Order: sequence, then C-alpha cells, then structure tokens
Amino acid sequence: MDLRELYQDVILDHARHPRNFRGLPDASHLAHGHNPLCGDRVTVFMKIEADHIAAVSFEGRGCAISTASASLMTEVLTGLSLSQAEAMFQSFHARVTTGETIAVEADLEEAAERLEPLTGVRTYPARVKCATLAWHAFDAALKGGVVAGIVKTE
Amino acid sequence: MNASIDIAAAFDPIALRREFPIFARNPGLVFLDTAASAQKPRTVIEGIADYYSSDYANVHRGVYRLSARSTERFEQARHTVRRFVNAADDSEIVFVRGATEGINLVARSWGTTFPRSGDEVIISEMEHHSNIVPWQFLRDQIGIRLRIAPIGADGGLDLDAFAALLSERTKLVAMTHVANVTGHILPVRDVIRLAHAKGAKVLLDGCQALPRIPVDVRELDCDFYVFSGHKLYGPTGIGGLYAKRAILDSMPPWQGGGDMIETVTFEKSTFQPPPARFEAGTPDISGAIGLDLAINFIESIGREAIFAHERALTKHAVERLAGIPGVRVVAAGAQRVGAVSFTVDGLHPHDLATVLDTHNVAVRAGHHCAQPLMDRLGLDATTRASFGVYSDETDIDALVAAVEAARQIFGV
Repeated sequence: MDLRELYQDVILDHARHPRNFRGLPDASHLAHGHNPLCGDRVTVFMKIEADHIAAVSFEGRGCAISTASASLMTEVLTGLSLSQAEAMFQSFHARVTTGETIAVEADLEEAAERLEPLTGVRTYPARVKCATLAWHAFDAALKGGVVAGIVKTE
Repeated sequence: MNASIDIAAAFDPIALRREFPIFARNPGLVFLDTAASAQKPRTVIEGIADYYSSDYANVHRGVYRLSARSTERFEQARHTVRRFVNAADDSEIVFVRGATEGINLVARSWGTTFPRSGDEVIISEMEHHSNIVPWQFLRDQIGIRLRIAPIGADGGLDLDAFAALLSERTKLVAMTHVANVTGHILPVRDVIRLAHAKGAKVLLDGCQALPRIPVDVRELDCDFYVFSGHKLYGPTGIGGLYAKRAILDSMPPWQGGGDMIETVTFEKSTFQPPPARFEAGTPDISGAIGLDLAINFIESIGREAIFAHERALTKHAVERLAGIPGVRVVAAGAQRVGAVSFTVDGLHPHDLATVLDTHNVAVRAGHHCAQPLMDRLGLDATTRASFGVYSDETDIDALVAAVEAARQIFGV
C-alpha cells in the first residue's frame, strides 16, 4: 500500500483548505450526513435555480478524505443541471465502491476527472464511506429538498 | 526497589508472543488493539480443537460417559472462573455470551424485580454503550431514573460528585472497573463502600480490568461482576456473570428453555436453582473450555506480573506519546492500565489509523463505543493504543514512529 495513492497532494490541499466551506443562508436544499462509526458530520447546502445548481457549500468536521471529498464535490457540482449532478453522483459512487466505470456525457468528463484522486480509497475498504458521506448528503438534499433528518452512508 | 518492579523486569513479552500464532502468521504485526479483543494463545486455539476431537457431546443431558465427560469439562471451566475471581461457590458463576449479555441479564432479571419507578441507577460518564443502553431500556420499561457520575478534571471518576448522587433512592451502581477509552482504573473500593452504605447494589464491568488486574470479588464485596472471555485471551461468545448467591437466588429467570427448568407442564414450569436457572439452552461449551484454558494461561504467567507489566508499559506509552508535538493524551493525569487514548492536532483519528495501518500498527480509532464520554470530552473520536501480555516497548517505538510519519504526511 502506498499512502501517497490515498493522500495525494490534491486531497491534502482540499483537506487543509476546503473550498466552499460555509453555510448558505439562502439555501433551497440541504441535508445532514453523519457517519456514526467515526463521528464525521457534514451538512450540504444547495441553492437550486430552475433546473440547475447555482451554489453548493458544506459545513462539518471529519477526516481528510471526507473533507476533501466534500470540498471537491462542491467544486464540480456548481453550475451543473440537476440531471448532470445526479449522473456525477452515480458515476462517482460506482467508482469508489465497486470500481465500475459509468460513462458520463462529454461535457462532464473533465469534472469527473477532477474526482480521480478520491478513488484511491477503493483499496482501503474502511475508508470508502469517508469519501461518499458528503455525496450521500447531496443526493438526499437533491431528492428531498430541505431535509431535517440525518443521512447515513448505508 | 519494590517487588512489582522485580516481577516486571522478569516479564518476557517476546517469549510470550511465541505462544500466540497470530504473530508468526503476520510477521511485523504491531498489535495495539487488545482492549477491543485479545489475541489467542496456542493453548486456547489447540485446546478447543482437542476438546471437539476428544470429549465433545452435549452437556447436562446424556447418560452416556462421553456426555458426562463433556459436562465435567464444562463445569470444570465454571470452577476455574470461580477460582479466578475468588467467588465463594461455583453456583455464583453464570456463563453468558459476554459482558454485554451479563449486564442485560442483570437489567432484565434483577432490574425488573427490585427497583421501582423513581428508584435510581447510577452509571459513570465513562461507560461503554453496553453499560448504558440496558439501563435505558429499564428506565423506559419501569421508570427508574438514570444518574450519571461525572469525570473530574484529571479524566478519572469524580468520587465526591459520585458520593453526592447517592441516596436512599439509589438501588444500583453499575460502573466499569477500568475505562475502555482511557484505561482509567476507577476507585471501585470507594464506590462499593459508599454505595453499600446507602443500601445500593454494585455491578462492575470487568472487561478491561479482569485481564490486567488481580480481581477478588469477595474482597471487593461487589454484588455483580461481568466480563468477556475474548478480552481475556479466550474465545468469542463466552463470558461470565458473577453474582452473590443470595442475590442470584432472588432473581427470576430471564430466558426460558431447556436446562433451566426442573419440571414443565403446559400449565406451569418450575426452575432450577442458579446458575442453571440463567443458562437456558445448550451453552457455548467449547467457549467455556477455551475460557478455562485462557485463565490457566494467564495464571501461569502470574496476575501480579501482568498487572505490573501493563501498568509500566501504559505509563511508558503515555510518556512517549506526550513527547510528540501536537499529541494530547486523554485523561493524562488519571491512574490507568492497559490503554491510552490520544489525539493529534490537525490529524483526524481515522487518517492517523490508516497511516498506522500501513506501518503495520493496529490501533482502534473512533468513539470506542463510548459516545457520551466523547461528547463530554468534546471529541468526535480518538486513537487508542491498548496492550496485552505480548506487548512491549518495541510496540510503543513503532507506534511513535508511525505517528511521526503521519505528522510528516499531513504537515502538522
């Protein structure tokens, strides 16, 4: 196992300096994620206008993987249409859990590529949920609007 | 120089490690998660196979000699546990799946019989979930009040605050003997003395204590003592509940089935005296035999020697860890044995545990089944290193080197 496969510079950078790390006072959608195994908590905020995501942000605390994953997620999802965002989630989830490649439309390939450093978790089964926590919260927010409950990574 | 130091000097973890096949099969393994479950000595692993090959049949049933032999070995295991904790009689030892089942048994049987609505059960802030949730069930079922004895500034039990909680309403104090997160040794003699003065019974969770501290339940005068075999170098699925015979006699059965009855008609059944009353169904026979072998293994090393070794090693670990910049030892000032929890500034315990794993250092990271304690300490998680008879200073060296490597990777 080479740790640098997991903790690539881009991961460490996003973990130390997470992007869009704040609440959104005018969020139209939000959801809380909690991994009870490690205590990681994340809240994902979204402002959805018409059929696209105008803004995404997050708050919370967690390990380097979960923080970097949430941070990268906010960057790649901003500006996407709802169907594109859902496709990104499905594709990312498959890559880090089963290793399956789900092709995304040509416009999204570059964004999907930005998530590649996170796929190092596949060889660390205990850490996969760290990478997916914020994404599950995003998915729940997308589907449920302002979500009061807490999303688990199951 | 006192005697315990002489014993510690003679203690040889490296020789003991050769008795544990896991280390030969996993070269370089630095196992620092014994508080979660201990590794198994060869005598336990091979002894269980030997029992199945030589003496196996169901217990307490057959007229044939093989069943009698199996029963004899099972009851011999009970006798060994009795000796190990110095109970007065074999009938005071009930075999259970582990400490969790032992606590649930007491809550369901004793707890629903004696306390009344408004009576109080006191637990500490340091409890494992297994000594919290069964009492919450009892609270919701019969309306007892659950009181929480807090930790003090040093991270150990605040004895004065505990004493202030005691009253005539207190029916039970259920407390850990050694805290699983911090390794803190609770002042259980004081706890028992104060509780008894108010007429309350005392249950001790001995999961972390029994493998490390010589325990004499009669000298302690506790009313209940529970433990898990798998933390005692024995197999999973077996554990023990000690209770004073008069208390066991007063308790109704909690599970019905074979072995616990005297007579059964469709109208009515009558029940065996303890311990059979609390052991419905075919027990974990091989587990009990493995536990017997594990206890014999521990006794062959010497319990005072183990205590001295683990106390010295834990102290050494605290000192070494505290010397690393950014490392904070949880409850650093508390009396402890066997475990040390710590955090590293800027480094999440799960990231740390992953780095440690790549250095072959196995530790536990998370809330250690003690979320209320974590909340109290204002922590989401910690990293815990814990020790066994096979642990030595080279394990601490490896831990410290791996923590330093993690600090380098994360630049903290």
